Amino acid sequence: MRPGLISTGSEWNFDLIEAYERAIAEIAADYRLDTYPNQIEIVSAEQMMDAYSSIGMPVGYSHWSYGKEFVAVEQRYRRGEMGLAYEIVLNSNPCIAYLMEENTMPMQALVIAHASFGHNSFFKGNYLFRTWTTADSIIDYLLFARDYIRDCEQRYGEAAVEEVLDSCHALRNYGVDRCKRPAHLSPLQEQARQRTREAQQQDAVNELWRTLPQRDAGPGHDIGDVFPSEPQENLLYFIEKNAPLLSPWQREIVRIVRKLAQYFYPQRQTQVMNEGWATFWHYTLLNRLYDDGRVDDAFMLEFLSSHTNVVAQPAFDHPRYSGINPYALGFAMMRDIRRICETPTAEDRAWFPDLAGSDWISSLDFAMRNYKDESFIAQYLSPQLMRELRLFAIIDDDRQSAYEVSAIHDDAGYRRLRSALAAQYHLGNREPDIQVWRADRRGDRSLTLRHQQRGRRPLAPASADALKHLARLWGFPVRLETVGPEGRVEAMSEAQPQR
Amino acid sequence: MIVDRRLNGRHRNAVNRERFVRRYKDQIRRAVTDAVGKRSITDLDRGERVDIQRKDIAEPFFHHGPGGEREAVHPGNKEFIAGDRLPKPDGGAGGSGSQAGDGGEGEDDFVFVLSREEFLDFFFEDLALPDLVKKRLATIPSTKSVRAGYTQTGVPTNVNIIRSLKSAAARRRVLQTPRRGELKRAEERLSALEAAGSPATEISDAEAEVTRLRKRLASVPFLDTIDLRYNNRVQRPQPTTQAVMFCILDVSGSMDESRKDIAKRFFALLYLFLSRAYDKIEVVFIRHHTQAAEVTEDEFFSARDTGGTIVSSALTLMEQIIDDRYGGDDWNLYAAQASDGDNWLDDSPRCAGMLRESLLPRLQYYAYVQVGAFDEQGLWREYARLASERPHLAMRKIATAADIYPVFRALFARQPTCAPA
Repeated sequence: MRPGLISTGSEWNFDLIEAYERAIAEIAADYRLDTYPNQIEIVSAEQMMDAYSSIGMPVGYSHWSYGKEFVAVEQRYRRGEMGLAYEIVLNSNPCIAYLMEENTMPMQALVIAHASFGHNSFFKGNYLFRTWTTADSIIDYLLFARDYIRDCEQRYGEAAVEEVLDSCHALRNYGVDRCKRPAHLSPLQEQARQRTREAQQQDAVNELWRTLPQRDAGPGHDIGDVFPSEPQENLLYFIEKNAPLLSPWQREIVRIVRKLAQYFYPQRQTQVMNEGWATFWHYTLLNRLYDDGRVDDAFMLEFLSSHTNVVAQPAFDHPRYSGINPYALGFAMMRDIRRICETPTAEDRAWFPDLAGSDWISSLDFAMRNYKDESFIAQYLSPQLMRELRLFAIIDDDRQSAYEVSAIHDDAGYRRLRSALAAQYHLGNREPDIQVWRADRRGDRSLTLRHQQRGRRPLAPASADALKHLARLWGFPVRLETVGPEGRVEAMSEAQPQR
Repeated sequence: MIVDRRLNGRHRNAVNRERFVRRYKDQIRRAVTDAVGKRSITDLDRGERVDIQRKDIAEPFFHHGPGGEREAVHPGNKEFIAGDRLPKPDGGAGGSGSQAGDGGEGEDDFVFVLSREEFLDFFFEDLALPDLVKKRLATIPSTKSVRAGYTQTGVPTNVNIIRSLKSAAARRRVLQTPRRGELKRAEERLSALEAAGSPATEISDAEAEVTRLRKRLASVPFLDTIDLRYNNRVQRPQPTTQAVMFCILDVSGSMDESRKDIAKRFFALLYLFLSRAYDKIEVVFIRHHTQAAEVTEDEFFSARDTGGTIVSSALTLMEQIIDDRYGGDDWNLYAAQASDGDNWLDDSPRCAGMLRESLLPRLQYYAYVQVGAFDEQGLWREYARLASERPHLAMRKIATAADIYPVFRALFARQPTCAPA
């Protein structure tokens, strides 16, 4: 073995993993990567599937949907249709990364660089994660949630708990605050607060519904006393605080699902950035290992082979095409930022006057900290990269008999293309905008939601089922209205709670 | 920090999986029913692949459906320029296929495999032998040992240390407390006498008194036999029932291979059900053509011989076996008979007569399945007449292998329980 080499061959052991972790950490420090401490866990394929089907959470409450997910993953894996992810990494402090025992040494090193340094530093640095999640207490909160739900199952029966969970899961994407920062609590505080909250919430709700009994003409005649005073985007929060018929424990379950949805909310908004950042760093860090003579050619060949698979982007007419690969786009953009900093062209100077020629490490760090997918693409997607990826935008209008190419990678199209791609990653565009509009406190106690239509896009038929789940939680009829492009309000559907 | 997690908890999702299975019982049950018809005898207790329609297990959420206006960016442009119009594919009112979360994954079924245990659970769900507890409780009483407080006698292994030490402490206190007071006073007197320089005889008397009291105190034992307490256990009788199932199979010439196979599968199912659900049940296998013979389980399911058919030979043998081994009121008796309905002409009334006179009064339940043939011959007609007056004679026809399981379920569906007599 050449002096300086950490290892040769594909066999791994714990000492080697530690050696690689140390070597990579040294280089990462060179690049000023700021990370949580690492906790690397070796797991078997089966455990990986377990983690996979419970969205990576190391502890979780029981629900049939995780069982379904597990069965599906297991089937696909058994039939060889799907390889397992090489790693799962958890936004926690210390940052927990799972490594699969089947992987070879170069793969383990790749995963360490990717997850334990790439994702880890992203979790620690990005403003969304800093705002919305608490890496310090997530594991404790998961434990609290699991125990609480198990306790409820014992006290109120599995079926009752499952009903609430089903309904909450259906509304999970509408359980996030987009504007307000949640307060962070330690598990003990959480438990203590849960008890007082139980009593208080019930009181508050009773108070709310005390303003009876004048019955008037029914829904819609509640004008003098509008509730809620502003539309509410967080459906689960609204339910938790205001649903008249829920028992305290049910409110707590709503809260748990809501909290977890909030925890995963940043990940859904930073797919491209997060994966791009992690991929960029495993590429940079491992190349540096090679340049320093710490790994051999065989290592690099294996690493590059899987790296290439990860960042492959088939063209739109390729049979394997399934949309834009976030790894590919993110990696390309991160590399592009470095290129603009180090060797800017005249075009780059015109488009990115502040970026061109600056220190790439701090510029990239700034981008990682302060953007999410949408704003990141809107800010940093360069004309050169659009040309490289040969991007083009297509308008699909159901009133037209043909698709229309609205922009391509040329001078006239760069800006339009860039904002179209950014909009594609805007969660507000991807998910229907549905908010709580009215709760009728005097009449039939119904709840009215409004769907603000964008681009005339209708709701899928399955939304009616989701509405039923909302009715179950609310306990009274729930109506859904759609506001069309001209501001016309149409009644869409109505769901009655089952008694 | 590096942690090796491989050793702890696999199957973290076992409980979730179990809940999933429970939730989709109906679909799974349907798959199980379908499966039985396709299986061979030896193959019955094995896991099974289950298909569930994907839409049945979808979790609903608010999302966009196709339609409206949307713009999407794709890579790999070759010849398009802005303003190009591309005809939509036929019927393609939908999106351009790149929209994430459109939920348009394939419509294929959701497939998974039930384990053997899960499969059998579904298989025999809600099945039971009717009226199992009617007969007198078993003559060999089985008992269960239960805790019943504490006793003062027992064997050393059952000593309850805490209880024993508690009563020892109480006894010591009761016996020692008055002596302690006396001792204290005697000691005070002794020291007073010594201090006053009293005569030697008085001092030695006082000393003797102190010594005597100390001795008495010391003679109270730390632990005495009367302190000992033992954990008490009593034997509580457990009601058990004895049952025997007679399996009667027609192996005559008219039973061709396929009919025999169906009948054997029926019995295989019955046997699997009995051996799984009841540990205390005896099974008697009887094969017959013109003559009947009691055979072992292996022979029953495997051997093949042929001849004419005299059903009453089997009934006679059964009666004989009952008299020999399962007489008295101690046994719950069940019988299941499979035949193609062919019988010697004058034998069928005889069978019905035997059943009516001597067998049915002693039997808890008699199930008859006619295999293969649909026409109602002598035996069926005789039995049918009998069944109308005796409700515990049940009869069904099995035409194809696919009928086996439904018929089996119909025959052994759990009845609304009636109070044991």
